[in-house]
Amino acid sequence: MRITALLFTIALASNAQETQNWLTYSGRIDGQRYSTLTQITPANVKDLELKWVLQTRAPAEPNSKYEATSLVADGILYTVQPPNVVVALDAVTGRIFWTYAHNPSPEARPCCGRINRGLAMLGNTLFMGTIDGYLLALDARDGHLIWSTKMGRPEEGYAVTAAPLVVKDKVIVGPAGGELGISGYLAAYSAETGKEIWRFHTIPQPGEPGHDSWGGDSWRHGGGSIWTTGSYDPESNLIYWGIGNAGPDWNGDVRPGDNLYTSSFIAVDADTGKLKWHFQFTPHDEFDFDAAQIPVLADLEWKGKPRKVVMTANRNGFFYVLDRLTGEFLLGKSFAKVTWASGLDDKGRPVRTGHSTPEGSVIYPENQGATNWYNPAYSPRTGMLYVPCWMDTWSIYTSRVEPYQEGLWYSGGGATHNVPGVRPALVTRRQPDIAWAAIQALDVKTGAVKWQFRMTDVTDSGVLATATDLVFAGGREGYFYALDARSGAVLWKSMVGGAVSAGPTAYAVDGKEYISIPAGNAIFTFGLRQ
Amino acid sequence: MQWKSLLAAALLSAIGLAAQEVHGVTPADLERGLQLFLNNCAGCHGPDGDLVPDVNLASGKFRRAQGDNDLRGIVLRGIPGTAMPPGNYTPEQAGVLVAYLRSLASSGAPKRTGPPGDASLGKAIVETKGQCLQCHRIGRAGSIAGPDLTGIGGMRRGADLEQSLINPDAEIRPDNLTVVAVAKDGKKITGRLMNMDTYTLQILDGSSLKLRTLKKDDLREYEVLKKSPMPNFRDKLSEQEISDVVSYLVSLKERI
Ligand code: HEC
Ligand code: HEC
Repeated sequence: MRITALLFTIALASNAQETQNWLTYSGRIDGQRYSTLTQITPANVKDLELKWVLQTRAPAEPNSKYEATSLVADGILYTVQPPNVVVALDAVTGRIFWTYAHNPSPEARPCCGRINRGLAMLGNTLFMGTIDGYLLALDARDGHLIWSTKMGRPEEGYAVTAAPLVVKDKVIVGPAGGELGISGYLAAYSAETGKEIWRFHTIPQPGEPGHDSWGGDSWRHGGGSIWTTGSYDPESNLIYWGIGNAGPDWNGDVRPGDNLYTSSFIAVDADTGKLKWHFQFTPHDEFDFDAAQIPVLADLEWKGKPRKVVMTANRNGFFYVLDRLTGEFLLGKSFAKVTWASGLDDKGRPVRTGHSTPEGSVIYPENQGATNWYNPAYSPRTGMLYVPCWMDTWSIYTSRVEPYQEGLWYSGGGATHNVPGVRPALVTRRQPDIAWAAIQALDVKTGAVKWQFRMTDVTDSGVLATATDLVFAGGREGYFYALDARSGAVLWKSMVGGAVSAGPTAYAVDGKEYISIPAGNAIFTFGLRQ
Repeated sequence: MQWKSLLAAALLSAIGLAAQEVHGVTPADLERGLQLFLNNCAGCHGPDGDLVPDVNLASGKFRRAQGDNDLRGIVLRGIPGTAMPPGNYTPEQAGVLVAYLRSLASSGAPKRTGPPGDASLGKAIVETKGQCLQCHRIGRAGSIAGPDLTGIGGMRRGADLEQSLINPDAEIRPDNLTVVAVAKDGKKITGRLMNMDTYTLQILDGSSLKLRTLKKDDLREYEVLKKSPMPNFRDKLSEQEISDVVSYLVSLKERI
């Protein structure tokens, strides 16, 4: 059990103070994306300069944005260029050590571009999901393939785009494919062999609790995909994960019921995959409101008592705080214009005011949501959750009867976009009454917006918070910003010339701190001027 | 009126054709053609191109093809009604495959010199007497200090593998170079060369087995070895044992 012990040290280390490495998607297993490095401060951040750029081999396809969070271990940075090319490079100079190109099957049919959100790591092993449905383990030292496990048939739309999460000796991940009628699951694989250890069906199968939340046969192609990374609480040994939308997306009539566990957070035991609790943000979703957001864990003082919570700003436009041991609803408040629900009841269930209809309904927020998979960041120092938001957006949601056909889009209708949904536009002439973006700082105890940093175009950028009260984020316009975590003031910015569609990474090598961000088809890494 | 331009067009296309027949093929093209051939064709044709009955791709003549265009057609569309399958290759991949077939046909496949070998005996030699795993990885066993031999049988021909054992200095592939450096403080550093530029060397350090960058400014000297650090097995193993080892290496087609 040497590996287990090793893993545990690493998992814990990733939450430790003064950590120079970035060993998991959120940098920490609690999902906070909060760096405890302190060299770069509000006072000197204006002295950030470009240290190196990694240009990818070729321009990505229109939809294949650079969404991978980089990992850093002992001075080596690991990234995934779309679709599935792993690159190991020197985190100080940007020079490449090795690349590993997985050649995805032409049968792969990911919904929204041939993309990947990053790697997981345990000791000397890297783990990557592929858009043709595999989970791979690579030797971090030379890119040698150690094992390959097939997670689902690409012909049916199974694609693995999320960065896996390493918990003890297991690699946790599940397949995407919610627009192609997959039947989702979250699974744990042995880091050593790739063998599946447990599987939790995000669409309860016959005989499983929650199965009756699906009318008739509708569970068969109910979606419930996994396409972002979860979080882990070592104390309770619970894994938290956000589950994707119900299928077909926009026609709820063919799947009567709440459609568990779509658009929910689940808390499962890390050793067995047994469900501890679930919380469904959008029961009977008709708007493609995946709960594919990063569960952010924190220990707060709540109404005078210490409370272990999980927080999320959901795609559906509401910010939630839940008790992370029981799933109890503690707080819910909208952070953007919302018309599909008039509010939440005292259990956190939405009071529904809008539906997707055959003739089409105008509903806020738009199909991409008030936020989406772009990671938020939480600073325990400020008590604020920093959320990339799409503001004042709406779609016309239309439902249609659409039979399931293997490998074809199974969405049951459509949604209009006033903002290019997946692929950033080259120019922006849209006016702010149609849509704009903001990094919003939410006071996690009240859900109140403390400050708002406004951008003209929308953003797919993740956010990083630091122990020196800095917030890093970007947007589709191609700017990458350092903001004051307490006021939202811009302290520094750099034009990186391509949409930022990934989360920033902070790391240190030989005592020097770096901030790294993919943008366009490249990675940009900044450090203080010497 | 038209004949002039017609003539010009005919001339141009003749030049074009000629250019196509003799167009510059680099060693790198041939190497990639060989890789594609070993990965996609050798399963039926054998690494040496002579395993399909009545077809010898190394004999210098093709029964079903005259020029490059015919070969390209066979590679892309297969030979309907036979076991020769169509292939989904980019024009560039088809190009280097054809170039490789041409070179195979003109120079023949290099031949192994030793007696027929026994792969299972070879496996035992690799794992024990040969001590190959002290430097090489095969699957999950061995060391990452030297080149990865996992799947080597799908990437090299038998004759090349044999050469690696009995004449390791003859050819060292650019992927398999070793750097020996001396730091300013006199420390000796040896490792696999992963990458290099004007200012730095990226290596897999042979003692820590970690990736690291060496700044040339920090080095007293460094050398990329022209001789292989691999022992020459001509004197260490019998001819028969070498053949057994080669047969085992040829059988290593799996990439994991
Ligand atoms: C499934 C087995 C198989 C595979 C794989 C295969 N071949 Fe073939 N190939 C054959 C057979 C059998 C023939 C003989 C067909 C006939 O003429 O009856 C053939 C014939 C040929 C010929 C014609 C030879 C001549 O004398 O004209 C060429 C050229 C050729 N193959 C090249 C390739 C190349 C290049 C590849 C890989 C890209 C390849 N083959 C892959 C089975 C295969
Ligand atoms: C002392 C370390 C060492 C030992 C022991 C060793 N090798 Fe090597 N080998 C190397 C190095 C370094 C290279 C790369 C330089 C070269 O190509 O000669 C290499 C290259 C090779 C290659 C060529 C790889 C390629 O990509 O074409 C083969 C094949 C090979 N070794 C097989 C063996 C076998 C089989 C044994 C045992 C019988 C063995 N080696 C023992 C160090 C070693």
